[in-house]
Amino acid sequence: MGKGLGRGRSRRKAAAMSNSTDMLVLDPATRTSEALASGELADLHGEKMILNMGPSHPSTHGVLRIILELDGEIITRAIPDVGYLHRGDEKIAENMTYTQFIPYTDRLDYLAPLANNVAYALAVEKLLGIDKQLPPRCQFIRVICCELARISAHLLGLGSFAMDVGAMTVFLHTFTEREKIYNLCESLTGARFTTSYTRIGGLSRDLPEGWVEQCRKFLNEVVVNIDESETFLTRNRIFVDRTQGVGVISKELAIDYGLTGPNLRGSGADYDLRKKQPYLVYEQLEFEVPVGSKGDSYDRYLCRMEEMRQSVRIIHQCLDKLPGGPVNVADKKIVLPPKHEVMTKMEELIHHFINVTQGINAPAGEVYFGHENPKGELGFYINSKGGGTPYRLKIRSPSFVNLSILSKLLPGHMVSDVVSILGSFDFVMGECDR
Amino acid sequence: MDAITLAKQLKANLENLLSEPTEFRGEVSMVLSDPERVADVCAAAKNEFGFDYLVDISSLDNYGEDPRFTIVYHLYGHEHGCYLRLKTDVGEERAELPSVIDVWKTADWHEREIYDMMGVRFRGHPDLRRILMWEGYPYFPLRKDFPLAGKPTDLPEVAFSERAPQAGGPFVTVAGGKDTISREPRVRIPETDALEMNARVERRADVKDAHGKGLGPGPIEKEGGRHE
Repeated sequence: MGKGLGRGRSRRKAAAMSNSTDMLVLDPATRTSEALASGELADLHGEKMILNMGPSHPSTHGVLRIILELDGEIITRAIPDVGYLHRGDEKIAENMTYTQFIPYTDRLDYLAPLANNVAYALAVEKLLGIDKQLPPRCQFIRVICCELARISAHLLGLGSFAMDVGAMTVFLHTFTEREKIYNLCESLTGARFTTSYTRIGGLSRDLPEGWVEQCRKFLNEVVVNIDESETFLTRNRIFVDRTQGVGVISKELAIDYGLTGPNLRGSGADYDLRKKQPYLVYEQLEFEVPVGSKGDSYDRYLCRMEEMRQSVRIIHQCLDKLPGGPVNVADKKIVLPPKHEVMTKMEELIHHFINVTQGINAPAGEVYFGHENPKGELGFYINSKGGGTPYRLKIRSPSFVNLSILSKLLPGHMVSDVVSILGSFDFVMGECDR
Repeated sequence: MDAITLAKQLKANLENLLSEPTEFRGEVSMVLSDPERVADVCAAAKNEFGFDYLVDISSLDNYGEDPRFTIVYHLYGHEHGCYLRLKTDVGEERAELPSVIDVWKTADWHEREIYDMMGVRFRGHPDLRRILMWEGYPYFPLRKDFPLAGKPTDLPEVAFSERAPQAGGPFVTVAGGKDTISREPRVRIPETDALEMNARVERRADVKDAHGKGLGPGPIEKEGGRHE
């Protein structure tokens, strides 16, 4: 396996070294390139080859398809093809109430459903004008959810990235921890995967008994796991060779292509919505935003590693500060009243009925809310003409925007580097194709 | 510097192209009267006012109104940290406006998506193809006159050209039936599922007592069934 891994790299190195005259033995790749340069093998200059990668390929993480035009092993043109997982979420959203769309947000970035739930709820709450009035307990729990989702998504991104470049163990190692996150999700929301945890104006339920202790136990375990995963990779010769200097994106280019999340920060831009446009209680929490310097696959990997540690730090602070009180806003026109009141009181029954049948009566207007999701900026643009359903709901998905740089980035790399670059981009097609 | 100040300066720089900035929920929006000038305005916003990050482009279908479409640009500046929303209306007959791909590269896929979903074309875009739907798909699904259930297409070799099963189909509960069990979709699926259902009913002796014998899909005549 190791031999197969190092090949693309060693050839490139050899090509770089072939300028020196005192090389005694040339490897086959260098001999070929020199022969090509001298015109000796002119008849081997064939047409360029078209290689189809995906939509079902282990390193395209779902259903991304890339059409590669190759000159030998070097990519000369790359055409990404997305849309294989398009389900028309935006169209669906126009035809249902705000609350009914929450389960659909689970299926955007399905590796971090909790973060999507929070992002969507905050966008609708911004439209309603109640995003600053959420009870403190709700805000803290939402931050915990977002950061758990970030750890979970990064652990998976890390594991699959490592597996793509040949390190199988890391994948199994990180999945052990993700399993614990799923257990936490299960006791928190009743579902392991499709959480649908938030409601407009609050949460579907409060923390269950003993959850805080379970969460603390998990945090103490996950830091150990992150450290161990890091020892597998950060100084691993094969990993470093396959990621350093590969897929370099300059800061200007990253901004021009609208990159967000760790992919942007790996290129040195200090843009994190939790700091730049603070929402929930992020202003009260201490954490740092890791920023890369070179913008290669390795820096993007390092950013994710550090982000997980910062997330652990954030959750610890939230658990320490976690206030009591309600988790939903008091306005019964927004949040469903408690069931026993619905059954016994007229007013509450009416609210419940209107809320379920017609939805929350939102004002006319338009808002955009961007949320720092694990993959980058997940934005919801809601255009409302009043009433219970959005007139238009646009989802600005980070994976979609991040992938648009591929046609610029891939040419000049080798086929084996595609795997490394895609792994370091950590995208999810459910979110990209919507 | 805040967004509203920037917006006013931008407006002052560009004669009468932009409307007075409006604020809703802390977000500043401006309407551009002439869609043909959108690339110039965006270039000015980027080069002179530091809006170096195009967050998103969305589209609206104001069905039944004229002009029919609205294109919405969300701008952000990494230096000053301010958001700005630019909106411009495009009529249905023409349904075309200049591309801003020369200003921000990220406009590439956003514009392709709007073309794909709404059918608004961007002049000067180097590769304006469908992006989420397949090449050759004849409709623009986000338009308001496109039904939620979809439309059948005549394209050969496209797997899903039937209407989506919103009423009927194997997984949909049918109204009527005397209880929840007989309404359950699985009841209509033969044999193996019916056996499974019978076994479940069998286990729930209390339900069976309450409903009597006529519960579930009924007995299936088969030797050596799973009930022994």
